[in-house]
Amino acid sequence: MVGDNRRRPPLSCRRRPYLRPGPEGHAITVDNFGPLLQYLVSGLTNGAIYALIALGFGIIYNATTIINFAQGEMVMLGALCAISLYQLYPSLPLAFVGGVALVTVAGLLLERLALRPARDVSPITLIIITVGGAVFIKGLAMSFWGKEAYTLPPFSGSTPLHLGPATMMPQNLWVLGVGALVVALLEAFFRLTLAGKAMRACAYNQRAARLVGIPASRMVQFSFGLSAALGAAGGILIAPLTLGVYDMGTMLGLKGFCAAILGGLGSSLGGVLGGLLLGVAESLASGLISSGYRDAVAFFILLVVLFWRPQGLVGGRG
Amino acid sequence: MTRLLLNPWLLFAAGVLLVPQAVTNQYYFTLLNIIGIHTILVVGLNLLMGYAGQISLGHAAFFGLGAYTSGILTAAGVVNPWLALLLGLVVSGSAAFLIGIPVLKLRGYYLAMATLGFGVIIFIVLVQGHRFTGGPSGLHGIPSLSLGGFPLDTPFRLYFLVWTCVGLLLAFSANLVDSRVGRALRALHDSETAAQSLAVHTARLKLQIFVLSALYASLAGSLYAHTLNFIAPSSFDIMFSIKLVTMVVVGGMASIWGSLLGAATLTVLPEFLAFFQEFEVVIYGAILMVVMIFLPRGLVRGLMDLWERRHRLTEGGTTPG
Repeated sequence: MVGDNRRRPPLSCRRRPYLRPGPEGHAITVDNFGPLLQYLVSGLTNGAIYALIALGFGIIYNATTIINFAQGEMVMLGALCAISLYQLYPSLPLAFVGGVALVTVAGLLLERLALRPARDVSPITLIIITVGGAVFIKGLAMSFWGKEAYTLPPFSGSTPLHLGPATMMPQNLWVLGVGALVVALLEAFFRLTLAGKAMRACAYNQRAARLVGIPASRMVQFSFGLSAALGAAGGILIAPLTLGVYDMGTMLGLKGFCAAILGGLGSSLGGVLGGLLLGVAESLASGLISSGYRDAVAFFILLVVLFWRPQGLVGGRG
Repeated sequence: MTRLLLNPWLLFAAGVLLVPQAVTNQYYFTLLNIIGIHTILVVGLNLLMGYAGQISLGHAAFFGLGAYTSGILTAAGVVNPWLALLLGLVVSGSAAFLIGIPVLKLRGYYLAMATLGFGVIIFIVLVQGHRFTGGPSGLHGIPSLSLGGFPLDTPFRLYFLVWTCVGLLLAFSANLVDSRVGRALRALHDSETAAQSLAVHTARLKLQIFVLSALYASLAGSLYAHTLNFIAPSSFDIMFSIKLVTMVVVGGMASIWGSLLGAATLTVLPEFLAFFQEFEVVIYGAILMVVMIFLPRGLVRGLMDLWERRHRLTEGGTTPG
């Protein structure tokens, strides 16, 4: 679980410091514009991952009005599968593609084996099934990979880049670049291809979509595969920065959900904005207030948003 | 006569009184106390899940709030344990009220996520707040309860207090679900719109039942702190919340007696089965999925239904005579 202090990885593989940036308690002055920029960089990097997870939540929600609590575990599976594939055959592109493919299969299996056969489709039943799926996947991962943290080499070396007063790793750029590419591809898929348009039709009105001959149940299955793939991509991108551990998924899934709610559940633009905003807010809060409570920031924001504007900033279908 | 003997309350009372005759080992009394505490938690959660159709994935947080309020105040020796217990109820109840207001207006998923988030926050606070909570290594030196000068300092002595609480809360819950409130809850579970059209104030009802289940959890937490005299954040993490949900699911949704069975089964099994401990997480996940896919009303619930129906039949046969 989060903050579990019984499992301490050896010093050499502790999380790298630039994700929990800077000394605490800075006052904002011109002098420490540097740290601020630094927080922004690391916040946007994490935010891009949250955005990918948020998009995954949105895709499934649009197709089924289900919130898939196993979404975070797909991120963890992506990271760990890619790491294992890389150990088998050291090629990062292959590990990336292979990891995403494996996790897509896991997502399809989850829909096929756990959600489709469900006899009762009330929210509470579906919540418990996906929570069970999440716990099951996490437990299997713990049995298979153990409790230790694994590393994945950065995609293009680890020479720090200097951006004015801030430094960043090439991996930060990879996360932002690939994240943006994935979002663009996803948008193109939904706007330009027949399958994407069919999925949007299902999201808009499932019965009407079925009436014009769209196989709605296949679209539902497809949405699970697609969102698992998005989660896996996020996990593999972030793995070189945070290491891959069996219990990384719960937290990332929760934050992805926060991002989705923040932007408006089911809206892609909202998901991306929500993710980036959450990442930056969290990074600033941990830098300027206290890094110990970093993880609490997201949930505080979640509760505030639910209280004041449950439809999110952009206004989804929640 | 058979009717009297089959009365579940008499069976329960007889069981509670007879068990100490058969058990001598203090370890088993501790285990029985933990079962009782889990039962209180599960009954409360079942009122929310089984009857109101809402879910809390952060129930361990309310359990933790109760335990730490009692623990912190009594370990420092500033407050009488019973007063601390009441303060714990106030803290947990207010927390549930404050979270409940925004999220219970929305659909089930929001409550699930918000409670999950709340659970994470409380866990982080327990770990980070070294000064008060003792941090990850826990809080030591919590005194035992005493009742009118009689110290409840052994598991055997505490057993009667815990199980009296369990009995009272089971009776209260059974009465609650058979009352007007219970019928309103079931209407809410089946269709919120229909319930509203019958003048059930659904948002307020959901909030009330959510706060009530948080109060059960808080009481269980205070008892837990005084049972073990030591608490650590790891007992109040998200996995524990999920274990509680699994207990409800095993015992059966909307089943008061099922809660006792679910809590007892999943508390005892890990103690005696080594493979259960090793694959605990996988097993809980598998139970949740399989039971909810095939028996959405819960595992034991089907059997309970059967038994209750038979009981009612015998009752129907004897009353006319």
